[in-house]
Amino acid sequence: MALNLIRKLVVSSLFCVTAVTASAETFVFTAIPDEDETKLVERFRGVADYLSEQLDVDVRYIPVKSYAAAVSAFRNNQVQLAWFGGLSGVQARRLVPGSEAIAQGVEDEAFETYFIANTNTAIEPAAKFSDLETPLKGKTFTFGSKGSTSGRLMPEFYVRDTFGAKPEDFFSRVGFSGNHTRTLRLVEAGTYGVGALNFQVWEKELSDGNIDTDAVQVIWKTPAYPDYQWTIRGDVDKRFGEGFKQRVTEALLNLDNPELLESFPRSGFIPASNDDYEPIRKTAEEIGILD
Amino acid sequence: MLSSPTVRTSLIFLAIALVGLLFADIAITASNPWRDLGNFFLGIVTPNFFSSEGLMTALLRTVAFAFVGVALGGVAGFLLALVYRSLPVRMFCAFIRAIHELFWALIFLQFFGFHPLTGVLAIAIPYAGIFAKVYSEILEEADPEPGRALPPGTGIVSAFLYTRIPDCWVKMRTYTAYRLECGLRSSAILGFVGLPTLGFYLEASFSQGLYSDAGAMLILFYILIATMPLWVRPKLLPVYILGAPFFLGEGLPIVWGNVQRFFTEDIVPAPLRNGEGLAGLTPWLNDLMINEAMPGIWNTIVLTQIALVATGIISLLAFPLISNHFGGPLRRNAGHVALVIARSTPEYILAYILLQLWGPSMLPAVVALALHNGGIIGHLIGRQTSSIKLRPDAPSGLNRYGWELVPRVYRSFLAFLFYRWEIIMRETAILGILGIYTLGFYVDSAIQNIRFDRAMVLILVTALLNIGVDTLGRYIRRKLALQTMPTC
Repeated sequence: MALNLIRKLVVSSLFCVTAVTASAETFVFTAIPDEDETKLVERFRGVADYLSEQLDVDVRYIPVKSYAAAVSAFRNNQVQLAWFGGLSGVQARRLVPGSEAIAQGVEDEAFETYFIANTNTAIEPAAKFSDLETPLKGKTFTFGSKGSTSGRLMPEFYVRDTFGAKPEDFFSRVGFSGNHTRTLRLVEAGTYGVGALNFQVWEKELSDGNIDTDAVQVIWKTPAYPDYQWTIRGDVDKRFGEGFKQRVTEALLNLDNPELLESFPRSGFIPASNDDYEPIRKTAEEIGILD
Repeated sequence: MLSSPTVRTSLIFLAIALVGLLFADIAITASNPWRDLGNFFLGIVTPNFFSSEGLMTALLRTVAFAFVGVALGGVAGFLLALVYRSLPVRMFCAFIRAIHELFWALIFLQFFGFHPLTGVLAIAIPYAGIFAKVYSEILEEADPEPGRALPPGTGIVSAFLYTRIPDCWVKMRTYTAYRLECGLRSSAILGFVGLPTLGFYLEASFSQGLYSDAGAMLILFYILIATMPLWVRPKLLPVYILGAPFFLGEGLPIVWGNVQRFFTEDIVPAPLRNGEGLAGLTPWLNDLMINEAMPGIWNTIVLTQIALVATGIISLLAFPLISNHFGGPLRRNAGHVALVIARSTPEYILAYILLQLWGPSMLPAVVALALHNGGIIGHLIGRQTSSIKLRPDAPSGLNRYGWELVPRVYRSFLAFLFYRWEIIMRETAILGILGIYTLGFYVDSAIQNIRFDRAMVLILVTALLNIGVDTLGRYIRRKLALQTMPTC
C-alpha cells in the first residue's frame, strides 16, 4: 500500500513538471494595478480586443497584483507591452535595453498629484505647499502603491523638498493603500487624515458622483510632470514580424473608441519617447528609489 | 505556585508581551470600524456566489496547487527524512522551512513569472522541510522490536518497508492529510501575490468593498475544508494527484534566461555588481541593516511576543467551547463551528480583512494571529480535556475550569504554544506585506523597487530569526520537559 502510493506520487510529480505547455505566439500585455481590479479588467479586455483586431494576432491581457509584478513580467519577456506609470516605465526600460515608450495619454504630458484631506482634519486648501506645513505636520498620511509615480514618487518628493523631512518623520503614520481608488476611500472614510493620488482618478470619480465631497477635499495640486505611457520591448519585431512595433504604436495612437478612452480616462494617445521621462528618473534617484 | 517552572515561564512571557505592548503600535485608525465590520458580516450572510466567472476555476486551481505542492513536498520530505540524521540535511531543512510560502512565491515570481511552477514550488519547498522533520520524528518513534525479529541477512530496504513503515503508516497518513489542509490554506493565499487561486479574487473583491462576493468565497473555502473527510479518500488520492497537474492553469511560458539572470545578476549585492568590490559592500550592508533589517526585526519580535501571549489567552478561553465538561451538545457543536472557522481562515486573510476594517496598526495582526492559532490550540486542548475522566463529585463551572481542567492540560498547552512560536513568527514577518512594519514590509518594499539583492538579504535575516526562535522554543520545551506533537 505504502509503496504503491509512493510510486504513484513519484509518477504524478514527474507529470506536473512536464504537463505545462507553452502557448504559441500570443502578444501579451499587462498594466500596473493602479485602480480597482474590475475597472482594470474591463478596460484592458477592451484594449486586447481592439489590438487583436488591428494587429491580426492573438492579444491577451494579464492582470497583476503589484507594480513590481508588472515590471518583472515585462522584463522577463512574459509580456511584451505594458501600460506603465512614469516610475514603473523608467524602471522597466532601464532593465530591458532596447525597450521604448511609444505612446502616452494626452493628459500624461502634464500629469498632477492631488493631496486630499478628510474634512475632519480641518485642513484648508492652499496654493503653496509650504503654507500647509503646520496643518499637515503630525497627521496620518497614505500613499498609493509603493511603486506609483503620482501616488508615491511625486508626493514623497514634494514632502521632502518642501518640509525637509522624510514622510515617516513628518507625518505621525504613513501607509501604502495599494492603489488610487483605495487612497480615496481611506481618506474619505477618515482612516487616514491625508492622502495623495492621481488627479485623473479623482476627477473621474468626482464626475461619476462617487465622492462624498463633504468628507474629503483637494488641499493642494502638484506642478505638472510626465506620467503614464505604453512601453514596448525592443525585440517584438523579431518575434512578431518586421514593423510590428510600428503597427502597435499606430494602433494605439489611432485608438478613438470613446468608451475605451473614457475608461482610462484619457482623451486620446499621443507619441512619447524615453527622453520624455528623464525628469521622473532624476526625481526617483534623488529620493533614493532608483540606484 | 511561583516555584513551578511552567508558571514562571508563563509569567516571564506574559511580562515580555506587556512590555512589548508599550512599544507596539496598537490602534484602531478607521473612523467607523464597527460599521465596516457590520457591512462585512452582512456580506457573509448575503453571499453572492455568481460574482465572478473565475470563482469556480479559482477554487479548482486552489485545490490543484495544494495537491501538487503537498505531494511533491511530501515525497521530497520523505526522502530527506531518511537521511535526517545528517547535520547538513537538518540545517538545510530548517532553512527551507524558515522561509514562508509567500516569500518563496515572491522569489520564484521574479524568474518563473506567472508559471504554475511558481506556485507549486512555493508550497513544495517549505513543506518538504516540514515533512522531513515530522516524518523523521515519526520514524524515530517506531517500535524497534519488529526489526529485531527479522532473520539475519534481511536487506535494509525490506527491513525498512516491512518493520518501520507499517508501524508509522497511520501517523504519517494522518499528518499528511493534515498538511493537505494547510496546503489548501497556503494555496489560497498565494493568490494575494498574483497566482490564479482564491486569494486573487478575494483580494480584488475585498479591496473594492464587495463584501457579498468576498463572503461567498470565504464560505466556499470553509465548505471545501470542512468537507475534506468526504472527498479526500485514500482510493481517490491517486486520481487527484495525477489529475491535479492538469488543472494548474497554463500561466505564461518560462524564459530560462531569466533564471540565470536572477542568480548571477539580480541577487548579487549592488556594490559587487557595479564593481565597487568589498569596499562598497560594507556601507551597503550597514545601510540595509540599520535602516531596514533592524527596525524590521524589532517590530517582528514585538508583534510575535504579543501575538504569542494573545494566542495563549485565546486558546485557554476557547477550549471549553468544545470540551464535553461544559455545556450541552448544542453549545458544543456551535463551539466546534466557531473553532473550525477560526483555524480554517489563514491568518494572512484574517489580518487582511481586519486591516481593511480597522485601519493599519499591529492590532489587526495580533487579533488575526491569536484567533487562528488560538483556534488550533484551543481545538487540540479541548479534545484532550474530553478524554479526562473527572470524579462524580468534581466541582463545576469556573472551579472545574480553573482547578480541575487547566492544571491538567497546562503542560500540553504550553507545549503546543511553544511549538507554534516559530510558526507565529514566520507569519508575523509575512504580514509586513500588508503594511505592518515587520520584516515582510521591507522585503516587499525592496521587491517593489526591483532590488532583489536587498530582498534576498532581508529574507535571509528573516529565516535566521525563525531558526533562532525555533531553537529557543525547542530548548524551553526540553527544559520544561514538555512533550510535543506535530501540528500545522
